Amino acid sequence: MDSRLNVSLGKVKLHNPVIPASGTFGFGLEMAELYDIDCLGAISIKGTTVEPRYGNPTPRIAECKSGMLNAVGLQNPGIDRVVHDILPQLRAIYHRPIIANISGFSMDEYVHLAERMSREEQVEIIEVNISCPNVHNGGMAFGTSPEAAAKVTAAVKAVSSKPVFIKLSPNVTDIAAIAKACEDAGADGLCLINTPLGMRIDIRTRKPVIANTYGGMSGSCIFPLALRMVHQAARVCKVPIIGCGGVSSAEDVVEMMMAGASAVEIGAANLVNPYICRDIVDRLPELLSRLGVDRITDITGVVK
Amino acid sequence: MQKIRLDILSNTKLTSDVCRMWLGACDAEGGRAIEAVRPGQFVNIALEGCYLRRPISVCDTAGGKVCIVYKVVGEGTAKLKDMTSGSQLDVLLPLGNGFDLSVSGERPLLVGGGVGVPPLLMLAKRLADNGKRADVVLGFNTAAEIILADEFRAVGCNVTIATADGSEGCKGFVTDAIAQAEGGNSFFYACGPKPMLRALQRQMKIDGQISMEERMGCGFGACMGCTCKTAGGAKQICTDGPVFFKDEIVFE
Repeated sequence: MDSRLNVSLGKVKLHNPVIPASGTFGFGLEMAELYDIDCLGAISIKGTTVEPRYGNPTPRIAECKSGMLNAVGLQNPGIDRVVHDILPQLRAIYHRPIIANISGFSMDEYVHLAERMSREEQVEIIEVNISCPNVHNGGMAFGTSPEAAAKVTAAVKAVSSKPVFIKLSPNVTDIAAIAKACEDAGADGLCLINTPLGMRIDIRTRKPVIANTYGGMSGSCIFPLALRMVHQAARVCKVPIIGCGGVSSAEDVVEMMMAGASAVEIGAANLVNPYICRDIVDRLPELLSRLGVDRITDITGVVK
Repeated sequence: MQKIRLDILSNTKLTSDVCRMWLGACDAEGGRAIEAVRPGQFVNIALEGCYLRRPISVCDTAGGKVCIVYKVVGEGTAKLKDMTSGSQLDVLLPLGNGFDLSVSGERPLLVGGGVGVPPLLMLAKRLADNGKRADVVLGFNTAAEIILADEFRAVGCNVTIATADGSEGCKGFVTDAIAQAEGGNSFFYACGPKPMLRALQRQMKIDGQISMEERMGCGFGACMGCTCKTAGGAKQICTDGPVFFKDEIVFE
């Protein structure tokens, strides 16, 4: 354990900035069979909705140069099972902060989920997904205008006893305006970016590869986009930012933090190398030494 | 599941677009991982220049070596085809649940279609180790696409071939060949294209297990990419499967 890696997301202390992103790590149970997941800064668990969801038809996955697309569509067992069955299992093997990622289809659902999740002791942050591109009439509809984003933020803040981080969509023209609107509405922090929408076509069948036609892009190919948006948000906001999007190495973590992130989520890279988060945690101290960085918090936002 | 490096020992063509690759463990740990592989499980292979791994069923294992038989269908499998012995692959294994040999009964029937055939060879061998001689029905589009039939015969299996164009064996699908056979099988195991599996689910009176396929993100239960509908709700093909009991699957 290297104290040089300690970071803060507001009042939440993490022993390092590495967090597996929601939807790429399940609820941590499968990964815990591979390595000691207490080495992680935190875990953002699979996006949870009020009702259980099957998600979209398959195929849900496609590939692209240096990345992938998914249209899973928020498959999850629903809040009741997550709270009663899954979180107790996770608590038995994992002792670091849990970030509860929640997704609603109405304002009432977001409020219900936030209120319920904030009663869970190990949940230290509520991550409000207003940016899922793969479901209709939900998710992203709340995340593409500053007004709607502010409304969800205020409603969730009003019922949540835990810090509220809003997960933002890159499928917008002005990320800074939305980030600022969330901050002004009381968000304790931001997480960006969710996946930009993309598409692949099978040229033999002349059909989209993904059954849902479009899917969210992730992997190294979106890293520069994510970095730019984190930088833009950091310029206008004071609240801590979790940088997310295409991060797949210790160098990417450093770059993301220099752009303004206080911690970093690793997404698609987990699917390719299930050990990637642990490997990055292991590599960071040596990289900091090589860069002449004393504490990792020293680099957050150094690029103005 | 382990993430290990394996040596490519050989990579040879079986037909114009199907290849067989033998991979060998580099150390004792890899050897033990390979020994733990059960019939019906799969490996997930990282390839230079491809973002996602390629999930491929295991065709056989022997003394620290694992065999895969794959069809060249896209960018990843084309790269795999061009790899030569001496190079290494980054592989996750073993993945998935595999077939349940304990329910085979005395006279199991194995039904394979196209590149669904390979995992059944390892199953036939392990059943033979248990003293169970399997009847095998293999379906292909045409005679030139037939793979592994002699390997099944070498295990002592009674092999029936069906080809869609009638160029060898019974003309038609595996379901036609099964309808013409005498029957008397205790249990069936199947792997092949979805229409074949759906037809078997309708046709077969005896219980069986079928191995499902889907585009996967991770192969180990993290991404929820390869979900299927079952009588018991949504299941992940990579971790709850790929093998399911016949009546579990809800085909759409």
